[in-house]
Amino acid sequence: MGRVFTKPDDAKVFRENVWKEIILIGYYSIVIVLIISTFIGAVITLQTAYNMTNPIYPDYIIGLGTRDSVILEFSSTIVGLVLAGKVGSSIASNIGTMQVTQQIDALETMGVNSANFLILPKIVAAVITFPFLGILSMITGIAGGWLAGMMSGEVPSAQYVYGLQYAFIPYYIVYSLIKICTFGIIISSVASYYGYYTRGGALEVGKASTTAVVNSSLIILVFNLLLTALLL
Amino acid sequence: MIEVSHLCKSFNGVQILSDVSAIFEEGKINFTIGKSGSGKTVLLKSIIGLHEIDSGNIYFHDRNFTTMTINQRKEIRKEIGMVFQGSALFDSSTLEENVMFPLKMFSDLSYDECRERANFCLQRVDVVGKNHLFPSEISGGMQKRVAIARAIALNPKYLFCDEPNSGLDPQTSILIDNLIKEIVREYNMTTIINTHDMNSVMEIADKIIFIHEGKLWWQGDKESIWTTDNPEVNRFIFASELTKKIRVLYEK
Ligand SMILES: Nc1ncnc2c1ncn2[C@@H]1O[C@H](COP(=O)(O)OP(=O)(O)O)[C@@H](O)[C@H]1O
Ligand SMILES: [Mg+2]
Repeated sequence: MGRVFTKPDDAKVFRENVWKEIILIGYYSIVIVLIISTFIGAVITLQTAYNMTNPIYPDYIIGLGTRDSVILEFSSTIVGLVLAGKVGSSIASNIGTMQVTQQIDALETMGVNSANFLILPKIVAAVITFPFLGILSMITGIAGGWLAGMMSGEVPSAQYVYGLQYAFIPYYIVYSLIKICTFGIIISSVASYYGYYTRGGALEVGKASTTAVVNSSLIILVFNLLLTALLL
Repeated sequence: MIEVSHLCKSFNGVQILSDVSAIFEEGKINFTIGKSGSGKTVLLKSIIGLHEIDSGNIYFHDRNFTTMTINQRKEIRKEIGMVFQGSALFDSSTLEENVMFPLKMFSDLSYDECRERANFCLQRVDVVGKNHLFPSEISGGMQKRVAIARAIALNPKYLFCDEPNSGLDPQTSILIDNLIKEIVREYNMTTIINTHDMNSVMEIADKIIFIHEGKLWWQGDKESIWTTDNPEVNRFIFASELTKKIRVLYEK
């Protein structure tokens, strides 16, 4: 795998490839991230509200709770796991197909370092786009909570917004973005690895894609634990 | 000229090629024939360095490919065009982008010059007006043509084709064979073609080597192959009723 991290053969072609991958990995993941984050934010808010019916809790605690759960955990882990499925499987099947149909042999025959050519742009694109997806997830998660609280009549808007601002620790966002970035690297490299070492035919491409999703999800969970212990 | 000398190659202890030595002369169309699984593809991939060989040497015009560093090999690779068995076109790129790819990576041409050269190559193989289609949108024969166009884009000295007409009907096969022949003659490329299709061999071969169970069993030209008494070669070429009849005619 050392061949991945070398200087690209042609800087212009490399930039073009990174740009293509940014669209594939980042842009095409926006909708799914928006949908999932909205629903998760909404569910967190409602659950917190239903569990805090005792009047000793101030209403704003719900906004605060949603904010911290979304920023600390859900935006990064859920986005990580969902994208392990979506981005991971597409990377593994894309590279795996290229391997079994000899497109990678064709690159190598021409003298292209295929590992570098195919994998590095994907890792770079994931590192660039995942933090944006994370921020997007935080915003829509919190907005989803606000909407759900308001529409159900459980959480008054002013209280929710007050809770959002109460005892806010900006470092939590940094922490979360570090995690998301790490997950991006894990997903793109693990999926590329299983794709690149696919041998056989269409069946093996499917298997590689499944293995890539399962293993990158597991690695994400382990790293989530490690990073939480290290960074918080 | 390409020279293969005492080439051995095994995978996980299984010997696939044993002591293969052959000379492929400059500007000639050399055929490697043999049954499926005899080691033709492994030989070709070893020659172009997709497989690291166990022992032996490979020379491209006296340049020993085997002992070269990755960067030295890159220089030779620019002189190589390869048509893979399944065409191996990049399926997320258009036909034009496929042919432009080696030019963009390895020539000093500007974008427009690359396009011009790519279009010239596509025209050369009679693929016209299909530049913006994707490989999945064209027929297998057309894919082979585009693969040939991509292989000759950098004007290579050496052309390799692995089963260029597998999966094609006999008529299309002959068109592809003759296209290869014309191009090879036009640019004086040293060519190695793998096939198990005797039609192709009779159509365009200058020299034939016969591989059997990973060994070079016989070599000669398309005249002598009909009269050899090598039993394995006979079994191979007279496998069909058609060729048996041809033999009877030959012997008359
Ligand atoms: N990468 C590989 N790993 C292990 N065995 C291989 C590999 N490539 C080819 N072989 C084996 O080498 C033998 C020759 O294969 P090949 O050269 O593809 O035959 P063909 O003459 O049909 O092109 C086969 O038995 C095949 O299983
Ligand atoms: Mg073969």
